[in-house]
Amino acid sequence: MRFQQIDQFAAELKADTRASVYQSTKTTHEKRTKLLFDQFTDPNRLREIAGEIKQHAIENLDTYLPQVEAKLQAAGAQVHWASTAESACETVLRIMRARGATKMVKAKTMVSEEIELAHFLEKHGCEALETDLGEFIIQIDHDHPSHIVRPIIHKNRREIAQSFEREGLGAYNDDPGTITRRARHFLRHKYLAADVGLTGANFVSAESGRMVIVTNEGNSRFCLAATKCHIALIGIEKIVPRDRDLGLLLNLLGRSGTAQDLTVYTEFIGGPKSAAQPDGPEEMHVIFVDNGRTEVLASDCRDILRCIRCGACLNVCPVYRQASGHAYRSVYPGPVGAVLSPLLAGEKFPSLADLPKASSLCGACHEVCPVNIPIPDLLLRLRNKAKEEGVPSPGTPPMGAWALLATQPTVWKASLFGGKLMNHLPTKMIPVPALQAWADKRELPRWRGGEFRKWMKERKSRAGL
Amino acid sequence: MSTEREAIFSRIRGALAPLHERAPLPQYDAEISVMRGMIAGRDLAELLAERMKRVGSIALTDVAALVAHLREGKWLRGYVDPALWPGLAPHFGADFTVEQTFDRTRVDDYAFGITRASGAIAESGTIILNDATTSRRLGSLAPWVHVAVVERATIFSDVTQAVAALGDDRNVVWCTGPSKTADVEGILIEGVHGPGVQIALIV
Ligand code: SF4
Repeated sequence: MRFQQIDQFAAELKADTRASVYQSTKTTHEKRTKLLFDQFTDPNRLREIAGEIKQHAIENLDTYLPQVEAKLQAAGAQVHWASTAESACETVLRIMRARGATKMVKAKTMVSEEIELAHFLEKHGCEALETDLGEFIIQIDHDHPSHIVRPIIHKNRREIAQSFEREGLGAYNDDPGTITRRARHFLRHKYLAADVGLTGANFVSAESGRMVIVTNEGNSRFCLAATKCHIALIGIEKIVPRDRDLGLLLNLLGRSGTAQDLTVYTEFIGGPKSAAQPDGPEEMHVIFVDNGRTEVLASDCRDILRCIRCGACLNVCPVYRQASGHAYRSVYPGPVGAVLSPLLAGEKFPSLADLPKASSLCGACHEVCPVNIPIPDLLLRLRNKAKEEGVPSPGTPPMGAWALLATQPTVWKASLFGGKLMNHLPTKMIPVPALQAWADKRELPRWRGGEFRKWMKERKSRAGL
Repeated sequence: MSTEREAIFSRIRGALAPLHERAPLPQYDAEISVMRGMIAGRDLAELLAERMKRVGSIALTDVAALVAHLREGKWLRGYVDPALWPGLAPHFGADFTVEQTFDRTRVDDYAFGITRASGAIAESGTIILNDATTSRRLGSLAPWVHVAVVERATIFSDVTQAVAALGDDRNVVWCTGPSKTADVEGILIEGVHGPGVQIALIV
């Protein structure tokens, strides 16, 4: 029997990876809940309002994006637009070439993963170095992130120590403090030697044109203190209407993602550095990226564009905890990825159509989402889309026989009698492999089919009906 | 390039056209995300110190304590904002080497950096830096220890208030604790790219 791809990945996951993913997601989730409910009287109301703010913003992008563009230009930044991943990559390369730049330091941005920017730049003779510790390790290992906030949640310290040794970053040492110190030393000289600093943005305020970048490590601060040119790569859905909305969203983002009141560094960037400041970019470019987002906006799943990439839905998801991130085979794993990835895949939708099915629809993701996205509803819509487009669904038990049973009373009665035979048959003979595997370790309950009809008949005759 | 812009906007308009009505912008009282119960009736400098401790930062109120702290950590060489140095110099002993310019070719020489903060947020234990008050971005970032000089009158009670007062500086940075990571097996390590020790000198 063939499995869906995500099930196959989950089945092959190493036991210690599964254990560490499970443990750390569970801890973060529990801390998050405690923090929100200890500190606020009505955290659910906050989530609802945050959701309404973001929904309003994405349904009014036609108004807000030009506002942001005008504000940024007035502050001295150059604004670019990119429809596709290729055009976003080429825009970055063009900016670098125009400056004669070959060295870039990158802060963590999901959009750059989406468009595979680092790879593209390297192919064109530029260095594009990841500076977030987790992303740096992913880069030297030619691996992929498995969590949107904690990219190396699937790796242990011994693997990391081996990679550092291999890359010439000191003799084998798996103490996390030493690993961090070595990366600190190596990367700070890279920032200082780089021409361009690339960041994403968590929010952009339409009111002031100011973007917000949050990090814990301070790598984006270093990018914006050491280099002379700042490129910000931003998905068009990152807009919020007003500055005051930033307060509410920031209060939710850190608590939801990493159980912090605020992430360590919250940067509000409104343009290139001021004239009196000796450090930082004199030149600033903002690239607004579509790459499939307008298609999502046109679909009945547009609510997913509210997502602020906090990672809370990954941490709480029973499927993510068992399968880990690589099982989702895309940049965005977990519940958010199960909705977003197949949609952003465009024509390749069928290749990721199994993701929306890998959910028990338990609703935990919706309950924790700081912008209140009804993820289970969206998963159902995508299942429907897959069905309508005739995408095959391996591993699903054939339902034709069931339909026959349930619509033909004689067949139904005959099968009830057949069920009684089950009490006497060894479970090994059940012709369904999944059931066999299940029954291998369990006793089947005794067959009680047909009892209801018998009971009903007796009840009627007792009552003289 | 402008054609790409047009293409994106035409797709956005196309996507939004079928909506009968668009989601309204919610009006809400910003107070809902303020931890008022914790703030009410508190001295803001005291609360700031308390909340800074919670996120792993240190709050001090006199220069002598700061000097003792630096000496104890053997952080004897550093960068100080030239505007602050005249006030601080009398407290620093001859065992310190202080530079009032920051040489980016020798970033590792500076064990500490002392710069001015533009404010702080008591509720979250946050120090606020911006381009107008920070003499050098690198001086507040690259050294292992960062000391931000915070004036009492500039302490905001909460995040919401601080957002409302962002002003027009193009680079405002909120620092809530020392630089940290939990990337390796979820173990918390301080001092990744930025300061491993974050101090506020409240004056
Ligand atoms: S969907 Fe919601 S919970 Fe999941 S990452 Fe996005 S904002 Fe966070």
